[in-house]
Amino acid sequence: MSEVLVLVDAQNGAVKKPTYELLTIAKRLGTPSAVFIGAAGEAAGVAEAVKKYGAEKVYVIDDAQIKGYLVAPKAEALAQLAQQVSGAGKDLAAILLPSSAENKEVAGRLAIKLESGLITDAVDVEGDGTTTQSVFAGNYTVKAKVTKGTPIITVKPNSAAPEESAGAGEVETIAVSISDAAKTAQIVATQPRAATGRPELTEAAIVVSGGRGTGGDFTAVEALADVLGAAVGASRAAVDSGWKPHSFQVGQTGKTVSPQLYVANGISGAIQHRAGMQTSKTIVAVNKDEEAPIFELVDFGVVGDLHTVLPALTEEITKRKG
Amino acid sequence: MNIVVLVKYVPDATADRRFEADNTVDRVDVDGLLSELDEYAVEQALQIKEKRAEEEIEVTALTVGPEKAADAVRKALQMGADKGVHVIDDAIAGSDAIATSLVLAKAIEKLGAEKPVDLVVGGLASTDAGLSVVPAMLAERLGLPQVTLASVVETQGNQVRIKRDTDVATEVVGGTMPLVLSVTDQSGEARYPSFKGIMAAKKKPLETWSLADLGVDASQVGLAASWSVVEETAARPPRTAGEIVKDEDGSGAKALADFLASKKFI
Repeated sequence: MSEVLVLVDAQNGAVKKPTYELLTIAKRLGTPSAVFIGAAGEAAGVAEAVKKYGAEKVYVIDDAQIKGYLVAPKAEALAQLAQQVSGAGKDLAAILLPSSAENKEVAGRLAIKLESGLITDAVDVEGDGTTTQSVFAGNYTVKAKVTKGTPIITVKPNSAAPEESAGAGEVETIAVSISDAAKTAQIVATQPRAATGRPELTEAAIVVSGGRGTGGDFTAVEALADVLGAAVGASRAAVDSGWKPHSFQVGQTGKTVSPQLYVANGISGAIQHRAGMQTSKTIVAVNKDEEAPIFELVDFGVVGDLHTVLPALTEEITKRKG
Repeated sequence: MNIVVLVKYVPDATADRRFEADNTVDRVDVDGLLSELDEYAVEQALQIKEKRAEEEIEVTALTVGPEKAADAVRKALQMGADKGVHVIDDAIAGSDAIATSLVLAKAIEKLGAEKPVDLVVGGLASTDAGLSVVPAMLAERLGLPQVTLASVVETQGNQVRIKRDTDVATEVVGGTMPLVLSVTDQSGEARYPSFKGIMAAKKKPLETWSLADLGVDASQVGLAASWSVVEETAARPPRTAGEIVKDEDGSGAKALADFLASKKFI
């Protein structure tokens, strides 16, 4: 069977869930190989983690020459790996990347280097390479397929349930040479974002969001999120008001989320917000304004003041959980 | 300095956006406008020009698209861009991001042949297809540094510094012009065209180029040359109306808890 490269998403050596989702999808297309671009010292731990999800091979690319620069070196490294794999007489079925802003840019450059078709933000990939995307603010579903070269597909979080299966996890260190031309956009400083202790917005099974209706007080939203084990999100209005940083924004110009449950509080539901949450499995809203367009989307809605409804709901849930 | 801003004409997000029979985006029968997210790119280009008033800086708005796409360029001219270029050719219809980036790269090379291009500025994404890949593809094709997804932009001499927010960190990224820059909607509110700007725009040059002008063969672009194919498009079924309760007597929370319990969330 031909190989499928899966770019590992890891932070400080800890593999993130979307990697396992991609490995699960890769098994439909061929033999999964994980690609870890990172510190050599973290490779063994990453290999142990990904082989539980079926990675037969783990290609390790040391990031000493990569991490200090934006996008271009990563694309070069992946292109060289792809050429090495396919040059070894093996077939390369696809290259899968977790859909982040940076990975989409990496994929874009990679597509041109490899003269291969690109599909971004897939929410599903079938065994024959047919992808499903959600477009036009979630109002349309598109099925597409790459027709040239090695399909390069970026896949959104929560697109598959990770399935454990033992892989050989054979580690192979890959030497790449990064051109000077790729090292022209230098990362001068990095400020890691403070950990919230909550799940990541795009990966969470439940998202509890607040908007203008919070009046800037997210206490009730956060308390509900914590009792549900949820991530906290915000509407653009809340972000523009400076109540939450941009990294919390759900919507067209923020994150697109597709959790099992989305709870919108004090959010009117403008098209830009809908674009970021419309594909959630179950949608619930609390809003004072019964005319708010968000109520057109909900499975269950409460017309009321979130500052009284949410604390009562949090208390009720705590009580029921015993 | 020579700045090129990429502007895209997109179907209005508040209109009834749809696909054609060949599964390409309907760009003709649906009302369109300059992609909102490209306005931020125009704004940053104009701010650089204004901050560096002692230099001679020309801002060119560049678009690729059907006849109506000229509206996107006109809007940029009204906001304050100096001239416009509209690449239009029947063969381009249905092009994917890869082919579009080829046409843009050739157009930028043509502009650069007249006067070297120092800065190419794009938006965060188009509001229709929204791949967010064209600036990166352009940088790849032009062999230029990419300094992308900026929430803050600063330039000094030939240096560009930006703030970029990733999922896990905030980064400061620097590069030397010429380069490709893209900016997010966090970079600063885009200006509205003034009456004076609207009047002035009518006299600004707007050139129209064909593929032949760029030396691009028609076989390299369009739906047939696309490296991926859309097999099917389907409108998402509308969500079925849910239950709405009024929290008049404080019962709202309990009703919501009952619903969440029925769905096994608690």
